[in-house]
This record gives sequence, structure tokens and C-alpha cells, in this order.
Amino acid sequence: MSQQIRAAVVIFPGSNCDRDMIHALRDVMNFDVKEVWHDDAVPADVDMIAIPGGFSYGDYLRTGVLASLSPVMKSVREHAEKGTLILGVCNGFQILLEAGLLPGALRRNVGMRFRCRGWHLRAERSDSPFTEAAMLEGDVIHLHIAHGYGNYYLPSDQVARHRSQVIFRYCDSAGNVSPETNPNGSLENIAGISNERGNILGMMPHPERAVEHLLGGADGLKIFRAMEHTIRQRVGAFRS
Amino acid sequence: MTIPATVEITPAIVEAHGLTPKEYNRILEVLGRVPTITELGVYSVMWSEHCSYKHTRKHLATLPTKGGCVLQGPGENAGSIDIGEGFACVFKIESHNHPSAVEPFEGAATGVGGILRDIFAMGARPVALLDSLRFGPPSDPQNRKLIQGVVSGISFYGNCVGVPVIGGEFAIDPCYSDNCLVNVMAIGIAKKEDLMTAKAEGAGNVLLYYGNKTGRDGIHGATFASVELSEDAEEDRGCVQVGDPFMEKKILEATLELIASGKLVALQDMGAAGLVCSSTEMASKGGLGLHMNLNSVPQRAENLTAYEMLLSESQERMLCVIRPSDYETVAAILHRWDMDAVIVGELTTTGRFVVEHKGVVEVDVPLPSICDEVPWPEPVEPKAPAKNWIHWSEVDLTSTQLDEWFLKMVSNPHYASKRWIYEQYDHQVQTNTVVPPGLGSGVIRLRGYSGLLAATTEGNGVWCALDPYEGTKCVTAEAARNLVACGAKPMAVTNNLNFGSPRKPEGAFQLYEAIRGLGDACRALNTPVTGGNVSLYNESPRMAVFPTPVIGMVGVVENPAQLTRSFFRNPGDAIVLIGPAATHCGGSRLLKERAKQLVGPPLKIDLEREKAVQDFMLEQIKAGRFNAVTDIGDGGLLMALVDMALSGPRALGCHVVHAPDEDYLPAFLSEEPSRFIATCAPAYLPQLMDNSAGIRVVQIGDVKEDEFILDEFLRMPLSRLKVAWENAGL
Repeated sequence: MSQQIRAAVVIFPGSNCDRDMIHALRDVMNFDVKEVWHDDAVPADVDMIAIPGGFSYGDYLRTGVLASLSPVMKSVREHAEKGTLILGVCNGFQILLEAGLLPGALRRNVGMRFRCRGWHLRAERSDSPFTEAAMLEGDVIHLHIAHGYGNYYLPSDQVARHRSQVIFRYCDSAGNVSPETNPNGSLENIAGISNERGNILGMMPHPERAVEHLLGGADGLKIFRAMEHTIRQRVGAFRS
Repeated sequence: MTIPATVEITPAIVEAHGLTPKEYNRILEVLGRVPTITELGVYSVMWSEHCSYKHTRKHLATLPTKGGCVLQGPGENAGSIDIGEGFACVFKIESHNHPSAVEPFEGAATGVGGILRDIFAMGARPVALLDSLRFGPPSDPQNRKLIQGVVSGISFYGNCVGVPVIGGEFAIDPCYSDNCLVNVMAIGIAKKEDLMTAKAEGAGNVLLYYGNKTGRDGIHGATFASVELSEDAEEDRGCVQVGDPFMEKKILEATLELIASGKLVALQDMGAAGLVCSSTEMASKGGLGLHMNLNSVPQRAENLTAYEMLLSESQERMLCVIRPSDYETVAAILHRWDMDAVIVGELTTTGRFVVEHKGVVEVDVPLPSICDEVPWPEPVEPKAPAKNWIHWSEVDLTSTQLDEWFLKMVSNPHYASKRWIYEQYDHQVQTNTVVPPGLGSGVIRLRGYSGLLAATTEGNGVWCALDPYEGTKCVTAEAARNLVACGAKPMAVTNNLNFGSPRKPEGAFQLYEAIRGLGDACRALNTPVTGGNVSLYNESPRMAVFPTPVIGMVGVVENPAQLTRSFFRNPGDAIVLIGPAATHCGGSRLLKERAKQLVGPPLKIDLEREKAVQDFMLEQIKAGRFNAVTDIGDGGLLMALVDMALSGPRALGCHVVHAPDEDYLPAFLSEEPSRFIATCAPAYLPQLMDNSAGIRVVQIGDVKEDEFILDEFLRMPLSRLKVAWENAGL
């Protein structure tokens, strides 16, 4: 039997998708999951880190900003530099942006309302650690969004530089990307974006909510399977 | 508002506290002296309707509250039932009508917070919310503001704490213009052995306060909830509390950790009437006295008096009873969550409620006198209101352009898609939601449990305004039909009684008749009442709300494979009507909209027949006969078909004709009880129609691809209907 993937799930006061992420990784993906409290440090030997959604520290001041300054983030940064895979979902995405680990910012949804709804996403890269061997470029998956601040923004002079880092865009069931298929006003329908190196992904839609058919779909598994695939390839290369 | 420490008690001050002369005399009698201002405040909140149930207690006692599945009936923070496999389902509904009318965002938000605390105070993790909302017509900007404020308040608070909204209602009627109804139901799940109690035990044990600090907000909220809103409601704003869902989430996690530590003797949230109510209720349940010292109460306002600390309704505060030797362990857990943990009192055997502050005894009264000895109000002789309706056949429909009227109704926010509301609520967090809002009953799975849990809320002011007794029976039966439609066996009930003044003969009649109807229906349907909430005085000088009991009901789908959906799924499926033939259009809200007044006759229900139809449906669902099921209620067959056609992932049309043994109008508009509509493969028709239970089953049409056709009088492309239904949001 192959060795279990070692995953850390970072939990802040106010995280509320932590249990869902743990369930998806531990019970469905069969990863070895460590729960890491905000004032603790992520162990050095994990293969991946997930930063789940919620309202960390109540999202006071600005979404994700207080969490980005918490003690645990020092170890997250170290892992980021090491190349560990890091997935930030929803508030986790906001935290990674505030921490400067990903480019851009998230603003209030156009329409000024929280929105919880199933949405289609188009994969923009098939060679990212978060899509590889699970999705082809142009593949459409269906996940749920649930956020009030998901309107992705980049200054216009940075758009071209980061365009190749876009991993997912909001689209319709046929994969068409247009203003009509944009749920929150995000720049160029961006739903998920990586850092330059590619080992960090921040996304607003919730893959951890789509891991069982009973609940209406399992497309989220594709992202976790891609991560597993990437990690196992690396382990083959680096771990004895 | 600041209350000085010493005040001379005058009749004006007594009246300002909402106490009647009879009640004040009773206080004088009990104490043998004039009360201090703090004592007066204590009596006024504890004897308010909200805390004492003085107008309803005797009537509520007639409800069936015991039964096979009931673990905890009324009297604790929330009721609970045994759903098998070691799990307890804890649930309760509560209103925040008056605060929401004054400040909709905070009023609704703190309503969510309060009911969630009731659930986790029982030791259960909250797993679902349902919101039952009623407003005046949104054409009035004031109502619009209320609707948007309430929905965003619920969204703000519930989303942050991370409890999914899985269902609810949204209803419009002019009678709710001055008094909107905001009822929130919460459901929690616990292992049976982890259930907590609010009954204090052990003299010498101490009261530990944790959570938010105490401020001046919400002082006299409970009293305020028990009087009619005046024209000066704006001035009452100081009574409305402000919610902090981040603190709530921390308290929730900390509380579940405390319970798991096994160190809590009793637990209660500080809700209405804050510290005084939670502390004395726990002591009272244990037959004990209580000595409090307020010096260490965490404060976020300066110079709070004893009066203010006892009565403050600052949100997100909890009170537990622990053994003094467990303080270190308990405080360590709470400090990890960054919150205060201070001892504020000790249980005694004196039977007295004594409160000290800065070395002065501010309160010294017999404890039972505030909890259990509220003087009964002078009885009001109930009187049935005069006939308030016209016969449905008198409604003039001759000038009606049918398809225009139909589209107008379909795009009325009362009937149109509620997606614009529930899209603002996180209905997926916790990843248990199997059936999200908008599709009949909400359904969740529970990890480690073989079945599914279904829940619904149901109210219908129109039916109850026509006849509160029969109307309440019909509403309760419809809640059960909602559950049956998805394949769930109805288990138990929580209820929110939203009424006008019980001090008026008509108000008293409506209230007591509704409670009688609720009891009879729950007995017949075998769904005991595990608790609820009473909201009275929902009236203004202009108008009173319709009597509106809201029924929250939970049920269990034994096998997830039997879960049945509420929308058309396959073109070519037969559409069948199950249950008695429609005979009249009394109670129709659609006709009321047209006639601008209530339309009778009142609905009547044969509860035995209702139960027989429900049992038949559950059997057929278990046998896998149906592809979709919904029940007929508000809006009749007409609106049931619209929902079935449009609410699914793929819109499908239908061609439906009136049943041969029904007249046109009742066939499509009747809201008479005990009726379902379902779709099935045509091959099942013979065995369904010729059933041994003797239940009437009639085929009335088929599912179509993209046209919506009713008899010869209405035919339109599905797309036209869909646009009208989907784009009615505010």
C-alpha cells in the first residue's frame, strides 16, 4: 500500500469550512490530516497545506487580513518557499492574497450581496499541480461558490504578467466565459489563480463541498486527485 | 438609557416597567416592603409574557409533549428527539419579530444568534437553520427596506457562524406591514449521552459567566417584546441588541469542548432578560437559591449598575454551573478561545435570590416568586371575531385576462422563486446538504447515521384568520405533508405562535383556538410538540397580524434511496393527484389577492383521512413508485405545478386537465388539505389507482418538454413562465 499523503489543515478562530476540508481530505481522499491551530506551526514534513474558508477572526478590518498576520503564517511562508502545495479556498484565498503569496485582491461582489450557488468553472491549465492528470485545458467542472467578497481584481498593468497563472475561470456548462457567466464581477472571470512558481492555488469556489455524489456532485475530487498525483510524482523523485 | 442605582418607586415607574397594579401589589405582598429599583426591574422582565408565558402557559400545557421519540419536551433551552443509532436531534423555533421591525438587520441577525445558542446549550452542534419570514407588500418602500434588512441580517450572521440554511418560507400579506414576522428554526445533532441540561444541581456549585462582555444594549428587550409597538417604535431602538457572529462561533466551539470535558453541571444561554433570567431559571429548576456578586461581571460599558447588568441583553453570553474545583480546567478551555470566564454566583439552599454589587445588597427576594409565581392575568373572555370573508364563488373573475393574471401571480414575490433570498444564505457549509432550499423540505445527511434528516416550516395566516382552530390543524398537516413528500416520516414539532394581543377578546379566541388545533393535529399525526415560542402583541394601532402559528417539523428518511424530489424529471411521466377531490376555493390567497379580502369558507380537515393519505404516500414512495412528489397548499394545484415545472435543475412543462370529479376553479385553486401531486412512470398507474387503501388517485396529465398547458384555458411556452418566476427578486 502506498504511503498516505500528509496534509495540514490550518484553522483560525472563525474558520467554518475547516471540518468540511478535513472530511474531504481525511474521509474521502484518505490523507493523513493534521489540524494546525492559528497560533501553532505547520509541521515541516507535510506534503500539502489547505487553508479553508470561513470568517477568520470575524473578518474584522478586512477579509483575511488579520489571519495573514497570525503566527501560523510564518510556517506557511516557509512551506511556500520550499514548494509545498498550498490550497487556499474562499477565505483561505483571501488570506493568501493578504499574505502576499498570491497576486491581486478580492473585493465585494458586484451586486453587494453574498452569493451561494453552483457554478461552472473552466480549467485554464492542464499542467498545474492542481489540475494535472485530472483535467485538460478547457475542461468544465461544477463547484459551489459561497462568498460576499469574491470579486477578483488586479491592477491593469499587472494583468498580462499574471494571465498565465490563472487556473480557473467562471463559465457556463459549455465552457463559455462571458460577463453573463461571471457571478461576482471578477476580472476576466478569474475564479482561481496560482503564484508564479505554481505551487500555491487560491480559489473562491469550494472543491471540498463537491466530494460526494449524495450531495450533488464530486468534481472537487479532481483537484485533490491532481494534488495527490503531483505529490506522489515528487515523492517518487525525492523521498526514499 | 441609564438607570440610576436608587430611584423612588412611583406608580409611573411601575407602569413604565409594564407591571399592572395587581402585579405590583403582589410584589409588595411577597417582599413585605417596597422593592428596590433593581428588584422592580427583575420582576418586570421575569413576569413579562416573554419569560413567564402568563397568557399561554395553561393552554400550552394541553399540547401532547410526550411520545416514543421525545427525549426532551418543553422546559429546557430546546426540545430533542431520539432519531435512532445513538443520535439526538435538538430543535427549536424562535421569533425576533419586534426587534426586526425596529432594526431589521440587527434584529434578524441576533435572532439567528439566540436560537443557535439554545441549540448548543443543549450540547448539540447546530447543523441547519430554516427561516420563516412574513412581511407587508414590497411595493411599499418601508416593507422593502425591512425585507432586505432582515434577509441580509440572517445572511450576515448565519453564514459567518457556518450553519447552513436548508429551508424556510417567505410570505407577503398587508397584515404584516406594521409587524413583520421573523421566525428562525435551528436544528442540532448530539450523541444522546452528550445532551446537556439547564437544571442546576448542588448547593456550593458556582455560576460561571463566559462569552461577550456586558453592555447596556437590549435592556428591557423582553418587556419590549411583550407590548404593542407604538407609533414611536423608532425611539425603542436602544432596546435592540447588536450581534457578533465571530464571538458566537467561538462560543459554539468552546461550549462543545466544555461539554466534552464533562465538567459542566448545567448550561444556559443568556437570552431574553439576560443574566437574571438565565441564572434564576437554572437555580429554580434545581429547587435551589442563588447568591450573586456582580463585581466581576465583564463589562464593556462604564459604571454599569446592578439593574443594568442583570437586565442587559448583550448577545453571545453563556452561563454554566460547575463545581468550584473544576474552575481551572474550564477556564483554561475558555481562555484558549480568548474569552472571559468569571464566577458570578453560588448556588445556595436558602431559596432566595440575592444579588450584591459593590458591597450593597441590590436584590433579596424569594427565588420562586420571580420564576414560578407570576400572578395570572385577569382572564379575558374569548370571543370569535365577526365573519370576515366572502364566499369564493362571489369573487368576480369575469374581467380577468387569464394568462396575464397568471403571470402576475407567478411573478408575485410570495409565489415566485425564492432563489434571490436563499442564494444570500450559505446553504452548503458543513457539507451535509442533500436537498437545498427552494425544493420543498430541506434534507441533510448526518455522518455516521444511515438515514437522512428532513425539516420544514409552515405557516398560513389566511387559513388561520378564517378559522384559527381548523386553520392551525391544516397548517400542521401541511407541514407533515411537506416531509412526507420527500419520503420522510414526520417525527416531532416545534411551534412559533405569532399573534396579536391576548388582552382583546378576539385575540384571545384566536390564540387559544390555534393552540387547541395544534394539539389535536399533533395527536392525530403522532408528532409530539417538543417546544416553541410565543410572540404576542404583534399589532399596531392600525392593524393586527393574522393569527399565524408557524409549525417547524422534523422527520427522517429511513433510507437515502427513498429520498423523493419535488420537481418534474422525465418528459412523458404521468401526473397524478392523490387524495380527496377538491370541492371549494375557501382560504385561497390567490382569490384574496383578487378580491382584496378574505375568501371563505374556512378550510376543514379530517385528520384521520389526512393520516391515511400520508401513510399511503410513504408506502408508495418506499416502493419506488414516484419520480417526484409535492403537496398541495397555498396556491393550490396551480402553484404546485409551477414549482414542479420550474424549480428543478432542468425546467419541464406539463399538460394538465381538471380531474373529472372536480369543477374547474376548485380543481386548480383549492387549498383543501390531504392532497398530493406526483409524477410516475405510466406503467405504475393501474396499481396506484386501484390501491387497497381506498385512496383516490387520478391521472390529470403528463410531463411535457417545453409547454405549460392547463385544460383549454391556458397555454404558454415554458420560457415565458420561467422568466416571470425567476425575475421577481428584490
